[in-house]
Amino acid sequence: MLASSSITSLRQRLTAGEITARDIVLDLAKMAEFRNAELGAYLSWDVESALAEADKADLSLPLGGIPIGIKDNINVAGQPCTCGSKILSENYRSPYDAGAIQRLRAGGAIPFGRLNMDEFAMGSSTENSALGITRNPRDLERVPGGSSGGSAAAVAGDMAVAALGSDTGGSIRQPAALCGCVGFKPTYGRVSRYGLVAFASSLDQIGPITKTVGDAALLLNHLCGHDSRDSTSLKVDAPDFTASLGQGIEGLRIGLPKEYNISGIHSGVAARTKAAIAQLESLGAILEEISLPHTDLGVATYYVLAPAEASANLARFDGVRYGHRSAAAADLMEHYRLSREEGFGPEVKRRILLGTYVLSSGYYDAYYIRAQKARTLIRNDFAEAFKKVDVIVSPTSPTPAHKLGELTDNPLAAYLEDVFTIPVNLAGLPGISVPCGNVDVDGKQLPVGLQIVGRALDESTVLRVAHAFETAQG
Amino acid sequence: MSAVHQIDIHHVATLARLALTEEEAVRYGAQLDGILTYIDTLTRYDLGDVELTAHAMPVEDVLRPDEARPGFTQEEALANAPKRFADQIQIPKVIE
Repeated sequence: MLASSSITSLRQRLTAGEITARDIVLDLAKMAEFRNAELGAYLSWDVESALAEADKADLSLPLGGIPIGIKDNINVAGQPCTCGSKILSENYRSPYDAGAIQRLRAGGAIPFGRLNMDEFAMGSSTENSALGITRNPRDLERVPGGSSGGSAAAVAGDMAVAALGSDTGGSIRQPAALCGCVGFKPTYGRVSRYGLVAFASSLDQIGPITKTVGDAALLLNHLCGHDSRDSTSLKVDAPDFTASLGQGIEGLRIGLPKEYNISGIHSGVAARTKAAIAQLESLGAILEEISLPHTDLGVATYYVLAPAEASANLARFDGVRYGHRSAAAADLMEHYRLSREEGFGPEVKRRILLGTYVLSSGYYDAYYIRAQKARTLIRNDFAEAFKKVDVIVSPTSPTPAHKLGELTDNPLAAYLEDVFTIPVNLAGLPGISVPCGNVDVDGKQLPVGLQIVGRALDESTVLRVAHAFETAQG
Repeated sequence: MSAVHQIDIHHVATLARLALTEEEAVRYGAQLDGILTYIDTLTRYDLGDVELTAHAMPVEDVLRPDEARPGFTQEEALANAPKRFADQIQIPKVIE
C-alpha cells in the first residue's frame, strides 16, 4: 500500500520506475474513499486535478511525484480554503498559491486534498471545526488533537503520505503526538506565511507532519527560504536539513526543565517521557536539569496575545470581498454584525471577544502590554537555558488524546493542554514531536509524543536528536 | 456585567462587530470572566521595567522596491465577492 509509505521510500520506487506518481494519487484516493467517512480527515479532495499534475510530474526533482495533504488554511490556487469555518465554506476558491505551496511545487510535489482543522486553527482537538468531526485513527472515540488534526489523522491513518499543518501554540506538534506521527514547527520566519490564513501573525508558522523524521527534514528543505511577500520572513539561507540525519548524539547536551514536572501530567505520559530520556542518555547525550522559571506565565501570555492578534486578523471577514454575507442586514453595521455572527463558530467568537477586550481602551496596558512583557521573560528563559544545553526535551502534550466531547464545555481546561508547546511559539523556536511509545488507556494503545526544542534557526540539531531517537526506537 | 471583571459584553461585541444573541452574551461573558481570572496570573510578577516583545525574532520595517508587478485581474479580484453588481462589489446603502 503506497499511502502507508514514507516519502523517502516512494521516491526510491519512483526513480527506479517501479511505480508512477499516478499510482500514488490513485492509492491515496482509494484510501480516502475507504476511510474518510470514518476518520473525517479530509474536507475535500480533487483526484482529477492531482492526476493531471501527477502525469506531468518531474521525477528528477527531490519531491517529484509526491502528493502532500494540505491543511485547509493554506491557499492552493483554484481549491477551497475553508479554515474549518462556515464563513469560508460557501463558495470561496483560492485565487493564488501560498508561498509554501509554490516552494513544494518547485520541488516537484503535488498538493492533494484539504485537511480538516479547528476553525481558524483555534483549538487543540479539531472539534472546533464547523465542517465535521475528525477522529483519531488509534481510537475512533478520541480526538486527533489540533488544530492540524486532519493533517495528523490523514498521515497516521495512511490517507496521506505527508501533510502540511500550521502551528501557533502547538497545532502541528500536539496532533502529531496524539496520532503517533512526526510534526515539526520551524523557527518563526523560516517558512513564508504568504497565503496562510492569518490567526496570530507573530506566532503562526507552517510545517510538515510526516511518518518519519527523515521525511520532515526533506520537506523542510523545500519549505524554508525568504519570501519578500511575508515581511517577517527571515533573510537567511537554509542548510540541507537531511545532512543532520544519522550523525548520532554523542556528547550533545539535553536540558530537562524542572518546571515541567506539573501535577496535571498523565502518569503514562510521564513514564514514556522518562524512558525516552533514558534512551537518549544511552545514546551518549548528557542530561542536565535546567530552569525555565516563567513557565507558569506561558498559557496566560498566549491567551492574551493570540486572541488579540486574531481579533485584528479576523476583522477582514466582513462579508464584502469574500466569505459569508448575511441576507438579513438592512444597513452596513448590521451587515457586518450579522455576517460575522452567522459565519463564525463559538470558539472563534470567544477568542475575538477576548482579543477585542484585551485591546480595548482601559485594558490595553493591563493585558496586552503586560503579556508582551511576559513574553520577553519567557524568551529570556530559553536564551539562558540554551547557553547550557543544545536542545530541551519534554512531553509534547501532558495527556494522551481525550475522548470526543470531553472538554467541549471547559475552554480553559482545553487551553491548559498546550502548556509545553505554547512557550516555544512565544519564543519563536524550532520544535519537533516524535512518537515515543504508547500508553494503555481503557484497553487502547494511545500514542505519546516527545517534544525536542532547539535554538532559533538550529533545526538541524533538533532533527539530529529526533532521528537518533527514532532510529534507536526501531 | 460579568462577576469579577465587570466585562460589558455588549460593548465588546459591538467593537468586535458580532451580533450576539442574549444566550451567547451570558455564556461568553461568564467564560471570558473565567479566562481573564486565569490570565491574572500575569500580575504575579513585577513586569514594570521589562521590555516588550512583539515578535520573537527581530523584525524591522521592510520596504519593497516601488515597481509594477502583475496582480489580480478585475474578474479574479471579484470572483469571491458574495454580491456583485456591474463588475463591482455590492454592499448595503451607506448614505441617505
